[in-house]
Amino acid sequence: MWKNVNGVEFTVFAVLFVAVSVMGFVAAKWRRPTTMEHLDEWGLGGRSFGSWITWFLVGGDLYTAYTFVAVPALIFGAGATGFFAVPYTVIIYPMVFLILVRLWSVSKKHGLVTPADFVRARFGSPTLALLIAVTGIVATMPYIALQLVGIESVLKTVGLTGDSTLARHLPIIIAFAILAAYTYQSGLRAPALIAFVKDALIYIVILVAIIALPAKLGGWDAIFGAAQAKFDKSPAVTDGILLNANNQLQYITLALGSALALFLYPHSVTGVLASKNRSVIKRNMSALPAYSLMLGLLALLGYAAIAAKITPLPGAKPGTADNNTVVPLLFHSQFPSWFAGVAFAAIGIGALVPAAIMSIAAANLFTRNIYREYLNKDATPAQEAKVSKIASLVVKVGALLCIVLLDPQFSIDLQLIGGVIILQTLPAVALGLFTRWFHKGALIAGWAVGMGLGLWMVYTVSSATRPHWAGSAFSLSKLGFDTKMTIYAGFVAVLANLVIAVLGTFLLRALKAPEGQDATQRADYFTDEDEPSGSVAPTEAAVA
Amino acid sequence: MRDFAGPGLVSFAHILPFRKEALTMGEPAPTPSSPDGDRAENPDRSPWNWLLIIPVVVPLITVLFNHSTPKLFGFPLFYWLQLAFIVLGVGATTLVYQLTKKRGR
Repeated sequence: MWKNVNGVEFTVFAVLFVAVSVMGFVAAKWRRPTTMEHLDEWGLGGRSFGSWITWFLVGGDLYTAYTFVAVPALIFGAGATGFFAVPYTVIIYPMVFLILVRLWSVSKKHGLVTPADFVRARFGSPTLALLIAVTGIVATMPYIALQLVGIESVLKTVGLTGDSTLARHLPIIIAFAILAAYTYQSGLRAPALIAFVKDALIYIVILVAIIALPAKLGGWDAIFGAAQAKFDKSPAVTDGILLNANNQLQYITLALGSALALFLYPHSVTGVLASKNRSVIKRNMSALPAYSLMLGLLALLGYAAIAAKITPLPGAKPGTADNNTVVPLLFHSQFPSWFAGVAFAAIGIGALVPAAIMSIAAANLFTRNIYREYLNKDATPAQEAKVSKIASLVVKVGALLCIVLLDPQFSIDLQLIGGVIILQTLPAVALGLFTRWFHKGALIAGWAVGMGLGLWMVYTVSSATRPHWAGSAFSLSKLGFDTKMTIYAGFVAVLANLVIAVLGTFLLRALKAPEGQDATQRADYFTDEDEPSGSVAPTEAAVA
Repeated sequence: MRDFAGPGLVSFAHILPFRKEALTMGEPAPTPSSPDGDRAENPDRSPWNWLLIIPVVVPLITVLFNHSTPKLFGFPLFYWLQLAFIVLGVGATTLVYQLTKKRGR
């Protein structure tokens, strides 16, 4: 069924893929814990990772394969707008610098594993915690599915594709089965160990590409010139190598909104909580931007693809083009097969690391905030670990079904919506780390309003080819403003959420509505590695 | 007790219109509070934290970089300046980390 497979590319890809799979299984023995039958060990690597491991792990977690494929694709298709990924990943670290250490401390102190755990402890509301957990799971599922889109764009380019559903999806089903097996066995240790290989490969590939491609294509001047010429010819008004008057607000709010959303995702929190102390987190806030530089350079390969006259492979539906294939095609056409194989392996393995962490994070949410809260209140740590392991398999099968049964475009849409909905957990999770002024009822109301408004806004976004869900750039004219300007839907939705949460709090306080119990104390937000921790009852909590 | 830097920004919460102290007042005190619990000094507090605002705000001012000239190595300003902001981010976070590190560690 696969006739046009490039043998060399495929062999290099397969060898590297098998090698990291072996690493994934061996990882269970790496930094071996006394028992793996505990959620802290399986789901958080024992909360023991130092600066280096955290750098690779969180870097591998946040900068996903999909990013590596989709951002250049966006630059290829629309130009400057796609470069928002750079300011987004620059502002994120100084923004969360003081926030994440608080989350780490309070989680360490109270044995919290998920963002919803924190909300449960802080606001004493199982309902609010459930909403946060479900939001997290719903936002994460399509994100995992997108990692598969990343792998598929590579497999398509190698030639592992065909007309039948089986021919298109079998390779990815095999890859995911292997991933599921070693995640089940090794937990967070597997992606942590594989992240070293993934990042090394990605850095090598980018370095070579960024030096070799301009030399081949006549220098950066020629590359930007080719892009300019393409956008000048296109009838669309939103593209170009610079921003225009109408998409600057979108650019700013999208970068800001995406940055606000990133560390609300459960998988980002998992990576952070796995570090061993506060200094590790702070050092990483300075070191992680190295990945942003890589992402920025990689994004520009979208222009290199224009200069190299790459035509994207056809999409799933007839007449459509799959822009996600431009980066793989660029390597395929400009480099020897063996090096293209290395690049493809980098993208493919790059998908496995975040997919593993995301499935662990989603599984932890299920275990801690649904299973333990509603199904088995007296769950032991060993039971929690067991349930999480099984839930991680279910999550992966779900993501796989998304890809096999639905149009991949649907996953991309869902991921876009994912950013908008995860932002709605900001008041409870991020602001909750600083103040418990908000009333739990008001936070629930704010969540509901933000969610409703956000979904409606994204629904109204249309493009030339699609009537709905065609992006996150909401036209301000729909709110009655006389302008062509667009704004990031998630940003508006979270503002509405905040307004409701504030007004609702005043109202509920005036009505003397009952408050939840805050299990945390002020000092809990500053504790560090060498101080007592564990699931302590609030009354027993030692003051650091 | 460790030695901490002087007064200043506690956290981003202070940019917001509500301060913890002011806002926890009206509550029916649900927290079983420890002796010095809520009055303890915030160890994350330092005036140096304000530096973190710079790399958050500057990369969002599009008028600064939405131009094609001056070019650098063939890159229009839009691209090279935004990549250069990465250095700004690294610089600010490194500086704040070093300046607020707990002494004696």
